[in-house]
Amino acid sequence: MLEIKNLVKRYGHSEPVLKGLDLKVEGNSVVSIVGASGAGKSTMLRCINRLVEPTSGSITLNGVELVHLKGAELRLARRKIGMVFQGFNLLDRLTVMENVLAGRLGYVNLFQAISRRYPQEDIDRAFHLMERVGIAHYANKRADELSGGERQRVGVVRALMQEPDVLLADEPTASLDPRTSEQIMVLLQSLASELSLPVLINIHNVAQAKTYTERIVGLRHGKMIFDGEPAAFNKDALDEIYGGIEAPDGDITAEPAASETTHDAH
Amino acid sequence: MTPIESSAPRRWKKPPFIANPLVRYGILIVAAAYLIWAFGSLPFNWARISEGVPRAARIFSGGFPPNFDRFELLLTGFKESFQIAILATLLGVLLSIPFAVMAARNIAPMPIYLVGRAIIIVSRSFHPVIVAILFVAAVGFGPLAGILTLTLYSIGFVGKLLAEEIEEIDWGQVEAMRASGAGYLATLFYAVFPQILPRQIGLSMYQLDSNLRASAVVGIVGAGGIGGTLMNAFGRYDYDFAFAILLVIIAVILLSEGISGWVRKKIW
Amino acid sequence: MVDHAEQLADRVWQRFDRKERLIRYAVLLATLMLVVWALSDIDIFWPWVWDAPNQISGLAARMWPPSPAGFANIVSALLETVHIATLATFLTIFLALPVAYIAAQNTTPNRACLWLGRFILVSSRSVNTIIWALLFVAIFGPGVLAGILAIVFRSIGFIGKLMGEAIEEIDRRPVEAMEATGASKAKVIAYAIVPQVMPAFFAIVILRWDINIRESTVLGLVGAGGIGVILQGAIDTFAWPTVATILLAIIVLVLIGEALTSVLRRKVL
Repeated sequence: MLEIKNLVKRYGHSEPVLKGLDLKVEGNSVVSIVGASGAGKSTMLRCINRLVEPTSGSITLNGVELVHLKGAELRLARRKIGMVFQGFNLLDRLTVMENVLAGRLGYVNLFQAISRRYPQEDIDRAFHLMERVGIAHYANKRADELSGGERQRVGVVRALMQEPDVLLADEPTASLDPRTSEQIMVLLQSLASELSLPVLINIHNVAQAKTYTERIVGLRHGKMIFDGEPAAFNKDALDEIYGGIEAPDGDITAEPAASETTHDAH
Repeated sequence: MTPIESSAPRRWKKPPFIANPLVRYGILIVAAAYLIWAFGSLPFNWARISEGVPRAARIFSGGFPPNFDRFELLLTGFKESFQIAILATLLGVLLSIPFAVMAARNIAPMPIYLVGRAIIIVSRSFHPVIVAILFVAAVGFGPLAGILTLTLYSIGFVGKLLAEEIEEIDWGQVEAMRASGAGYLATLFYAVFPQILPRQIGLSMYQLDSNLRASAVVGIVGAGGIGGTLMNAFGRYDYDFAFAILLVIIAVILLSEGISGWVRKKIW
Repeated sequence: MVDHAEQLADRVWQRFDRKERLIRYAVLLATLMLVVWALSDIDIFWPWVWDAPNQISGLAARMWPPSPAGFANIVSALLETVHIATLATFLTIFLALPVAYIAAQNTTPNRACLWLGRFILVSSRSVNTIIWALLFVAIFGPGVLAGILAIVFRSIGFIGKLMGEAIEEIDRRPVEAMEATGASKAKVIAYAIVPQVMPAFFAIVILRWDINIRESTVLGLVGAGGIGVILQGAIDTFAWPTVATILLAIIVLVLIGEALTSVLRRKVL
């Protein structure tokens, strides 16, 4: 169970990006976090695995307080939190298999890591997961030779290799074309139920959020202003979240299958 | 997670950097053998080297604090280094233009091109100190040898880059000049030189900086400047003065690097 | 400007505006004054200058034809030169990489390390190889060790500076991803940083090796081993035809080095 209480993040002396967020995620639910650019979605996700240092508040994962962890303890906590990135963040010059095994870096020792002598179970798990997402035949290809969708699959498998207790996905489909991004969303949704894993997805595309997730959290200016089922996410909620900010209509209202536009990185 | 039935545990090994094992281990063995051979064949004088630590202690304790008492000597040496650098840069940059024209494939006839290239290659092959020692032998000790050395050095460096620049000029301007009936020299002056001028000014600044550096060392073989002063201080075990010179050399080099970088940024 | 021109003011064509021209003239004037000062003040005996072409052609004539005597000596000295350059480049790698690591803004552990790293790089780069050689000859006596150390100490600054810049230019995102997996600092370096700087590393080391070949040809002039030793010997004994042979050998060596580096660069990158 992931629980965020009164989370505040402020860069320097400017206005806080997150202004006291509370969020509780239980079981294997898939939660999407929507909001305009700059609403604090990415900052919130990064506070959870401490890629961004929270200013104040509390984040607990299965009863462990994450906010004040340091050094080795922080690394132990991080290995239980998988993360999928918008830009994939792969090790471009290494092979797909090395990228996938890198998800085990929190578990193996330095010698194993450098000599690439991972335990057999890790290799089995890697092949298993790669087969599950359909990239096993690329094991020895360089990561930068893959297409965008394939690269994001590598990213997903790398995160799952961590045997995470929670999976964070920061705009996982924003750099992909519409068809591929649908596939990735389906994949995340089904993996969550197969592995009974809670998943938090930052997403720009509201239509996809409604189709593939069970719960939608809406952020605006660092505050949560919507939390509920996709069915309850109506036009009013949409206006409240995006109102007065950029919100291309086609994007938000179109059905996923027909959605033609994508959002690139901002 | 329900494990999918897989017949046998699959192995995975990182694909090696070089696929062919023979080549892979071959390279490693050759490299190791080379290192052993190189170390083994070099004449190390271990007896003398073992005295090194106490000597180093003596040199450094003799060198600190650096002694600036003979400030005038130091100043004279630097003044000469500056003069050498300035004159050599001027001569070198001017002379590099004809040599660059000679060594540019697109405007020089074949035989002249070969001569131009050969001159540039030869002057780039020799370290300035080697050139300096030859000029000292030819024209005697003193700054003249230094100026000649650094002029040649500048011709090699600036000439090469300038020749490359000429080879990449916009050919249309040359054709336009030729179409208007201009002769070879007029074409050079109106269509070629204006295109390379900004680059040439930047290169001159760079060359002045690197000539100043080099002028500090050609003195070591007697070609004038601060290098000679440094060499003398070392030769007379005057380590505190030598370290003072070294510190000033470092300061001057940093300063000149900064100024040269600033000016080049202004121009480009 | 004269009246006559002023009347035609709108027809006068000028390449640069007033301020620009002023700066140009000022710079030109300053340069001119500097050159005049240098020419008038420098300690040169002018008759020698006019005689220099004679002297130089005379020296060239004495060198011709190059003498094949002592060819075996020259070859073994050349080999020694190559060994010095190669061993020194090899040793430098181990010293320069940690310095590069602490001198790069994004990997340095703290500000003290950053400044220490920068200090090492600057002092290494500002002292010429031959001055380093002078120092090491004074410490360890004449010989190849002084030469190797001189090259090492000069190369640390070169390789360290360029590697530091390569580290500063890496893509941050893989680093972030590795940190998110719970990997330790060393593993993050091994997986996210090392592969990214590998191509730059090879290019820089190959480039420096090429430069070191050139540099090690002069070490002998201050007694630090290599071909310079026999060059100095030949000059001291006025054996000009031998000097010519040595010079030719150096050109050949440098050209081979250059060819080899361009082949290596193409292979590796």
